[in-house]
Amino acid sequence: MEVKYSVDKNNLYVYLFGELDEYSARDSKNTLDRLIDVHTGVNNVVFNFSHLSFMDSTGIGVLIGRYKKLKKLGTPSFIQSPSVSVNKILQISGLYEIMPKI
Amino acid sequence: MKNKMSVTFDSCSENESFARNVIASFILPLNPSVDELSDIKTAVSEAVTNCVVHGYPDDIGQVTLSAEIDGDDLHIAVSDCGVGISDVNKALEPFYTTKPDEERSGMGFTIIKAFMDEVNVVSCLSKGTKVEMVKKIGVK
Repeated sequence: MEVKYSVDKNNLYVYLFGELDEYSARDSKNTLDRLIDVHTGVNNVVFNFSHLSFMDSTGIGVLIGRYKKLKKLGTPSFIQSPSVSVNKILQISGLYEIMPKI
Repeated sequence: MKNKMSVTFDSCSENESFARNVIASFILPLNPSVDELSDIKTAVSEAVTNCVVHGYPDDIGQVTLSAEIDGDDLHIAVSDCGVGISDVNKALEPFYTTKPDEERSGMGFTIIKAFMDEVNVVSCLSKGTKVEMVKKIGVK
C-alpha cells in the first residue's frame, strides 16, 4: 500500500495505491494521520481511490478513524474515483453518508 | 464440473492476500464475471481477517480455506481453531464489534452476507469458528 498526495487550491488530495486490508491497515493509518497532521489548515481532504485495487471492511475502519480525526479539525472529507468493487463496499457500509463521493 | 481444494496457513495478516489469490485461481475455470470474482475475494478476505483478528487475538494459529465447485455452485469454508464467538447472532449484526477501540467497522459479516448467496457461521468457545459460504456462479 502506497500513499501519495498533492495540494491544490488549499485542498489535500490523498491517493491510495494497492490493497487496503488488515495487513496494510496499520501503516496506512500512520501515513494518513501524518499527512493530515502536516496539512491541518486545508479546506477539504479528498481520498482518491482510482489506484486502490482492493479494500475490505478493515479499510472502512481506517476511513472512519480518519473521518473522526478530520471532523475534530473541522475539515470535511470526500471520496473520489473508487473502483466498482470498492464502491460496493463503501455503499454497503454507509460510508458515503459521512464521506460523500464527489 | 466438480473440483475441490483445501489449504492451511498461519493466521498472519500477510496471508490475507494469499487467501484471496488462492480462491481467485481456484474459481477461474468457472469463468466468473469481474464482479463475481471481486465479491468472492472480498468475502474470503473478510472471513480470513476474522480468524486473524478475532480467532487468534494473541498468537498465530492455523486457518483453513477450503472450497468445492459443484456445477455452478461454489462452496467455501474458512475455519480456525481459535477462541470462538460467544454470541454468533450478535456478531452477525451490522456495526457490532468487540474491538471498537481499534477502529474496527463491525461490517465484516454484513459484507460477507451481501456478497454471497448463503452464509452459515458455526462457532464453539475455545474450539474455533467456521464460516461456510455458497455462491452460484454465472447466474445473475
